[in-house]
Amino acid sequence: MSATGEQAPAVHSGAAGAAQFAGWDSRKFNYFEPKGRKASHYEDMTVDVQPDPKRYLLQDWIISFADGTPTYSESWTKAKSSDWHRFRAVDQEWERTHYQRQSTIVGMLNNVVENGRRSGAPKRFDRAWIKVLADHLGAFKHAEFGLGVATMQAQRYGYSQMINNAILTNSSYKLRFAQDLTLYLSEIGLDIEGIDQAAGKQHWLEDPIWQGTRHAVEAIMGADDYLEQYFATNVIFEPLVAELFRSGFIMQMAAAQNDFMTPAVVSSAEGDFERNLANAVELFHTLAIDEKYGDHNRGLMQAWAGRHGKFALDAAHQLQPIWSQPRVKVAQFNDALEAAKNRVRAIASEIGFDVRAAIGG
Amino acid sequence: MPDGLTLNKIIAQKGISIGEAAKRVADLGWTPSYVQEAMTFPTDYKIKKAPRDPMKQVLRSYFPMQEEKDNRVYGALDAALRGDMFRNVQPRWVEWMKLFLAIIPFPEISAARSMAMVARLAPGEELRTGFAMQMVDEFRHSTIQMNLKKWYMENYIDPAGFDITEAAFGRCYATTIGRQFAEGFVTGDAITSANVYLTVVAETAFTNTLFVAMPSEAARNGDYALPTVFLSVQSDESRHIGNGHSLLMSLINDPDNHLLLERDLRYAFWQNHAIVDAAIGTFIEYGTTDRDKKKESYAELWHRWIYEDYYRTYMLPLEKYGIKIHHDDVSAAWDRIVKKNYVHATAQFFSVGWPVNFWRIEAQTEKDFEWFEHKYPGWYAEYGDYWKWYKKLSVPGETNILFNTETGYVYPHRCWSCMVPALIREDFCYDEVDGKIYTYCSEVCRWTHKVAFAAEYEGRPTPAMGRFSGRREWETCYDGWDLADAIKDLGFVRPDGETLVPQPHLIFDDSKMWKLEHVRGHTLGSPLIHFRSLSPEGREQAAAEYRKGFKINPCP
Ligand SMILES: [Fe+2]
Ligand SMILES: [Fe+2]
Ligand SMILES: [Zn+2]
Repeated sequence: MSATGEQAPAVHSGAAGAAQFAGWDSRKFNYFEPKGRKASHYEDMTVDVQPDPKRYLLQDWIISFADGTPTYSESWTKAKSSDWHRFRAVDQEWERTHYQRQSTIVGMLNNVVENGRRSGAPKRFDRAWIKVLADHLGAFKHAEFGLGVATMQAQRYGYSQMINNAILTNSSYKLRFAQDLTLYLSEIGLDIEGIDQAAGKQHWLEDPIWQGTRHAVEAIMGADDYLEQYFATNVIFEPLVAELFRSGFIMQMAAAQNDFMTPAVVSSAEGDFERNLANAVELFHTLAIDEKYGDHNRGLMQAWAGRHGKFALDAAHQLQPIWSQPRVKVAQFNDALEAAKNRVRAIASEIGFDVRAAIGG
Repeated sequence: MPDGLTLNKIIAQKGISIGEAAKRVADLGWTPSYVQEAMTFPTDYKIKKAPRDPMKQVLRSYFPMQEEKDNRVYGALDAALRGDMFRNVQPRWVEWMKLFLAIIPFPEISAARSMAMVARLAPGEELRTGFAMQMVDEFRHSTIQMNLKKWYMENYIDPAGFDITEAAFGRCYATTIGRQFAEGFVTGDAITSANVYLTVVAETAFTNTLFVAMPSEAARNGDYALPTVFLSVQSDESRHIGNGHSLLMSLINDPDNHLLLERDLRYAFWQNHAIVDAAIGTFIEYGTTDRDKKKESYAELWHRWIYEDYYRTYMLPLEKYGIKIHHDDVSAAWDRIVKKNYVHATAQFFSVGWPVNFWRIEAQTEKDFEWFEHKYPGWYAEYGDYWKWYKKLSVPGETNILFNTETGYVYPHRCWSCMVPALIREDFCYDEVDGKIYTYCSEVCRWTHKVAFAAEYEGRPTPAMGRFSGRREWETCYDGWDLADAIKDLGFVRPDGETLVPQPHLIFDDSKMWKLEHVRGHTLGSPLIHFRSLSPEGREQAAAEYRKGFKINPCP
């Protein structure tokens, strides 16, 4: 080793503790305030990787768009924050945990589908139910995909690494689930006569039952405010439409149609949503209680809830006929919708904004 | 169960083929009819053809494959600790990782962000899964590299510099070039940045030097962790290169795009060369203690990867589509490396500036001299005395080399384009853009700022093109500051409040380490501010003087 000066004591190891000198034991990232008593691994992996002129970016952003907008701009959302770097994702995801969780889900789904098919389960599905799966679960997969596309877009715009990475993993979950549904329908289609693989997309594009949903999803995809996209996805559309369909319809109805496989496949999205929702609630709560901009943000969330709530409620109502299509009717649309609205009310109260105007008190 | 007895064979069920799966997954997309997607990422290119996905990818096989790769990486890191890797690691090498790993996680995550841009622009949905995978891959790269950095901080003898890493990234004069790289992926014309600059050039050409040559050198210095992480990172790149090529192919048949493609290939190749070769060349040639004359020099690696693999097999074939390729730029870049000492001058610059760094640089020694002279004949005459000076001036109490006038070194101008200084003195140039004078390292960098990053190109309006902005010359930020105050402001002081994070040696002993008191009393200045203050004739004269270069005085 070349670390030997003439008179200096020779240090023969590059390992921690081999010598003691100024800073030898400074072994923590020391440039941010951890949320808890000490920094989590997630925080170490994430905080300040996307720089900010308000923090350490001495020379400011060094490239801009033609109109002068810098590489990252606070103006990309109407929401305002005293400190965009305060938010931490509740699910604490970094690459390792993300792949572990995603591949656990993939493994779970593979088991369900393999074992189910091996035991001949799909052949015992009720006939009317098979058509429901092909037409409506098949249509619904496009809604999931649309949310994946919207969040993939949104993860470019956030003003901190924490925000963008939370939206990125949200996108990854949604796109995976959209593909899960696609491949699941394809695979049970190998065992069951008459599952039309093209039916789902056709219903998505043309069936009046799905046009409200498609409109609501396109409104999210087309929003040009990335936080509006993230808000509308998790606070409005997921509980009012997606969860309504997944939980309030598929999960409740399937067993009575002799289908034990589909609920297992769909349940993974419920787990994904719990995590994405926890992240979103934390972020929007932080904005709602912002000491300087709380009022403004709560007003903005009401406006977003009003706009996307209307699309989502229209979508939900248009889905109602689906509840009467299965042969064995074990769940009521109105109960499911009421549960969905209650869910939104609970989410809104956790975030701290008034949702009554959007979906009723 | 033993591998031979395949459970699979017993229970195999008919499945759908991967091609069929990819096809159905690609059919998830549709063209919105109720609400149009906002076109938020501008481009001046026209993309009429939907890009094809030659890779046939689905997420269900992607996630387990990546988890498996991760398991290997984290297993190897544990094994390295059990094997006491840090006892035998070369500090000269690990010190440079303070700079490298401060830079790289932001370019990585920027690549994730740029997937938003290409995914929205590309018509059709076939490549959506490829873009989504790349987005998650880049999230992987960014955080797996942060993890490696934290691991060095916890286990290496001197954690100072790792502990301030992202703050240092935002402030240091050397990380600027990494920020130029990263912002270049996500800002301005979406195709220019996210397709040509990021994928067609940075990933396709330069990740080999970054992620393959660096790991080999790491291993030669007892660092088995970096290869584990970076070869795993590199294994994702073929997917990204495939994405980029597909998108390129969907633009290239439209002759309307050819002018812009020519512009962007030229800008991207030159700037990638300027940035990556400066940084990685220095790490590999000057961060190593391995002076085996049989190993390839950076110049030799460059010839193999950039010249043979990239230029000859990727760039040249684009000519048959009618794209003008700037062969002269490729040979000029090669000349800069082998004839004009680009890498050596960069290492010299980094070491001259050691007091404002956040890592240690030790002097090159006799053993290093021999290797350099063998690989780069003439090196010793040019740089031998410099490194002797560096060694001599590494003792606290000496006037630090940045301000020591005895050496004969002349502090360089910054290049307004690539952010590396104008180190090849004879190529220095300057120009006026929007009424202001700017300095450049080379003619192509001048062209990049003045001609390429502008509102029109060869008479064609380019409203989507980005602009250079911000306080691009780092020295401007501390013009007129005392060196000690600047170092404090940078945050490059150890927890005792006195000792500097950077040191011009690898001596881990307080009595040999530089403190603020040793560097106080020197005033930093901006070459650009001074240059602008001259009359036009004065500038011409100063430029002519600068182009003559300098001669390092013999070291007594
Ligand atoms: Fe990467
Ligand atoms: Fe990449
Ligand atoms: Zn330059």
